[in-house]
Amino acid sequence: MPTVSVKRDLLFEALGQKYTDEEFDELCFEFGLELDEITSEKEILIREQGDEKAEGASDVVLYKIDVPANRYDLLCLEGLVRGLQVFKEKLEAPRYKRVSPADGGEPQRLVITEETASVRPHAVAAVLRNITFTQERYESFIELQEKLHQNICRKRTLVAIGTHDLDTISGPFTYTAKPPGEIRFKPLNQSKEYTATELMSLYKTDSHLRHYLHIIENEPLYPIIYDSNGIVLSMPPIINGDHSKISLNTKNIFIECTATDLTKAKTTLDMVVTMFSEYCEEPFTVEGAEVVYPDGRLCVYPELAYRTETLSGDFINKRVGINESAESIAQLLTRMCLRSEVSGEGDLIQVEIPPTRADVIHACDIMEDAAIAYGFNNIVRSTPRTYTIANQLPLNKLTELLRQDLAAAGFTEALTFALCSEEDIADKLRKNIAETRAVHISNPKTTEFQVARTCLLPGLLKTLAANRKMPLPLKLFEISDVVLKDETKDIGARNNRRLCAVYYNKSPGFEVIHGLLDRVMQLLDVKPGRNQGYHIQAAEDSTFFPGRCAEIFSCGKSIGHLGVLHPDVISRFELTMPCSAIDIDIEPFL
Amino acid sequence: MADTGLLEALLRLLEKVDGGIESQDVAADLGVDHQLIVGAVKSLQALGEVISAQQKSSKRWELTGEGREIAEQGSHEARVFNAIPDEGLPQNELMKMPSGKVGFSKAMSNKWIRLDKAHEGGPRVFKTVETIEDTVRDKLQLVQKGLSAKLEDKEKNELKKRKLLSEVTVKSYWITKGSSFSTTITKQETELTPEMIASGSWKEKKFKPYNFEAMGVAADCGHLHPLMKVRTQFRQIFLEMGFTEMPTNNFIESSFWNFDSLFQPQQHPARDQHDTFFISDPALAHEFPQDYLERVKQVHSEGGYGSQGYKYDWKIEEAQKNLLRTHTTAVSARMLYKLAQQKFTPVKYFSIDRVFRNETLDATHLAEFHQIEGVVADYGLTLGNLMGILHQFFTKLGLKKWVEVGNSGVFRPEMLLPMGLPEGVSVIAWGLSLERPTMIKYGINNIRELVGHKVNLQMVYDSPICRLDS
Repeated sequence: MPTVSVKRDLLFEALGQKYTDEEFDELCFEFGLELDEITSEKEILIREQGDEKAEGASDVVLYKIDVPANRYDLLCLEGLVRGLQVFKEKLEAPRYKRVSPADGGEPQRLVITEETASVRPHAVAAVLRNITFTQERYESFIELQEKLHQNICRKRTLVAIGTHDLDTISGPFTYTAKPPGEIRFKPLNQSKEYTATELMSLYKTDSHLRHYLHIIENEPLYPIIYDSNGIVLSMPPIINGDHSKISLNTKNIFIECTATDLTKAKTTLDMVVTMFSEYCEEPFTVEGAEVVYPDGRLCVYPELAYRTETLSGDFINKRVGINESAESIAQLLTRMCLRSEVSGEGDLIQVEIPPTRADVIHACDIMEDAAIAYGFNNIVRSTPRTYTIANQLPLNKLTELLRQDLAAAGFTEALTFALCSEEDIADKLRKNIAETRAVHISNPKTTEFQVARTCLLPGLLKTLAANRKMPLPLKLFEISDVVLKDETKDIGARNNRRLCAVYYNKSPGFEVIHGLLDRVMQLLDVKPGRNQGYHIQAAEDSTFFPGRCAEIFSCGKSIGHLGVLHPDVISRFELTMPCSAIDIDIEPFL
Repeated sequence: MADTGLLEALLRLLEKVDGGIESQDVAADLGVDHQLIVGAVKSLQALGEVISAQQKSSKRWELTGEGREIAEQGSHEARVFNAIPDEGLPQNELMKMPSGKVGFSKAMSNKWIRLDKAHEGGPRVFKTVETIEDTVRDKLQLVQKGLSAKLEDKEKNELKKRKLLSEVTVKSYWITKGSSFSTTITKQETELTPEMIASGSWKEKKFKPYNFEAMGVAADCGHLHPLMKVRTQFRQIFLEMGFTEMPTNNFIESSFWNFDSLFQPQQHPARDQHDTFFISDPALAHEFPQDYLERVKQVHSEGGYGSQGYKYDWKIEEAQKNLLRTHTTAVSARMLYKLAQQKFTPVKYFSIDRVFRNETLDATHLAEFHQIEGVVADYGLTLGNLMGILHQFFTKLGLKKWVEVGNSGVFRPEMLLPMGLPEGVSVIAWGLSLERPTMIKYGINNIRELVGHKVNLQMVYDSPICRLDS
């Protein structure tokens, strides 16, 4: 969930009303937001870097507001205020309009060349005319781009935004891709020109930009936008050119979004222009720009598309669990920036979804907004009448029953991790990793998460090692799942429920572990015996001490091993006493 | 138990006095060592209220080993003096005596003897007086008789300096009659025996009282893990509410079931390498319900079922990637898909099992945790129903403030309709972690003390049973 930070006093000024913290918290809750924190730049600095660094920092009160992840229209002060004012019916939602250039001039044009196809094939553009910035508006404009980059743009991988002072450049603009060695320009806030190759190494140490380098770093061609005089506007998704940078005094802004996902590019552009066209000479109008594709297709952006959905009041009532008239529902939706009217036919409601509400993609989203506007706390709770008979999963039922009786048999339950290192399940147990049938993890942050465990023993031995100070004997058990590769399964692996127990003392206690096997079999109603019963038989297993290991058979089928652990296993798990163990598959007993 | 004769002798002495007696006096009277009397007092105390004894401590002068020797045989200087005949003794012979060295110098300074260094045949020692008074011996004998009070402090300290006397602290008792004083001893039994029951002799016996302040012997038993105890209770709650348990025994899942089937777009940050553990072997899932997969692809990339969709290029390669499931909702998706393949009947499902996140670890976050999930599918379920069932669930947990603990919602039609569930069916669901309520319940701050091999076994041994609603 993104957090938007706004200055309290600016917010109240824009809302035309002052609130106490509690009142504003309540308003946020009603609107489906959460006032997360009340702080200041100074407080944040004190917390993060200490008192000294915070000296002289601003103590203007900041509200940090949690916004639902897909509400891109609430990521800046302008959008928040607009949303809240419409919600409180103090303002009618504005209509956003794309217009042609004044005086019948030619629209700005961005030509995409085919070289971009391999790296970042999409681009959209628009122009904000005669905008008036103040310091606060300018900061908010920059901040919104950053918020969009972090959220809908997925850290610039899907979309990157570039904004330019249109009066410093001249179209038509060309969006192309070139080898990095052939790109050369003065990037934003630098004093000299660099090649793209040089820039990549320059930004390696930049705390902000280094996170985006990987997006194009290994591409043979880098995306680049030029104006008709060969001036570089930007090298998306890394950096803009210095030449066209905007300032407080900029009047006309050219906005381009390059992308790997066209839908997200259009939404991003719509967000930037709907939020900041408020400050244009003619508010909420945006000058269209033409984008020409390599195949000759021509599109005009921003789309600023309005869409109408028709649904019935009954649908909303039934899904939410309320009983409101269609008119009342239409009013609720209008307060959520979804302008709605009852169409006259029965209880049908026409709902208009504006370009700012890209998150509304289905009638269920409209239903949710109706519920928010109605107030979740006003919805009457009721128990579903769904009548069902409960069943336990047989495997879990067996596990629950066995756990109880293993504890009754004097063993204490451990709860160990399902992930571990390769070493834990192989070297330390004197096994070969290739023979473990282990599932391997491709992106572990540490060696603790290299594989899913193939047996429970390492976890129990590590539990012993962490509790060596406890009085002896230590008797532990666990009944849980291990994971094994299995090609017969759709995903190529399956879980296996196993029972493992260890006895750790000054003497190995094979007879204790053997006694536990007898008890478990008694609980499972399996009698000793060769054919229909269970028996054990001497076996060789590298984890166990030679001559001190037996394989366990039940109804003629091997289900596991028991024995005294090999001294090397004991010392590799940092233990010092003899230890005996049992490990069996309990799935045959279902 | 001290000798019964001694005990009774002590009791007889006590009987004769009006107030009480000192244990040291008893020792003197009976002519036995004081320690024996102390033992007798303790034995009598153990019998109940026969006597009452108050411990006190006093200081007393006592002879050291050397002091006792002198009291018996005379001081070293006296012994030297007595050893010298009238005709004198060669000095070297005198020095061979056990007391020779010390005695010689003391006797010299007392001027009892003189040394003739020039005597022919070597230095020779002669008496200078006829008789001597061995005051050291006299003083020590006084102390030995318990009459140390007759000596002055200065004298005692001088003897102490010569290591002939020492001052010792004596613990003694002031003994008085108890409420059930008697001069005969009845031996107290420690435990009831089968023989006593058989013979009925228990009726005549007195039993030694128990110490109810002590702890009992620790029970010899195994213990269930607290997190699992809480899991059992959550299972119980779901079963009481009529929820059927889902088969969650598949930690490895494909991206398709973990994300795509839930209408989670392929660019979603949760699908990032930083958040999810992907599998390198077996890297890909190889089997999907083909027609369902096509419908999922369509609803993501083009929309449908009343949805605009996400309008992006959906890739099978992304859906095939295997991972460690990030939520048990992957299993809910499989179960709902399975349900949709039959004639629809309403269901209530639950699961409690492990899920995995490739996250940064801290005191409350591990790479794996247990997710609790409840799902209800039926025609016409409302948001009011979701809030109602959550209320019931959390009431059973005994939690008033439940909003903070978990997540809840209504599954999207873009998830349900491609599965083939009927149009009017709604599915409501909620989830929470098992670790968080367990840590709250058992007052554990660091998750590592609870989950994993670093568990504190003493905590496991000591943890009470889990009753969530109390």
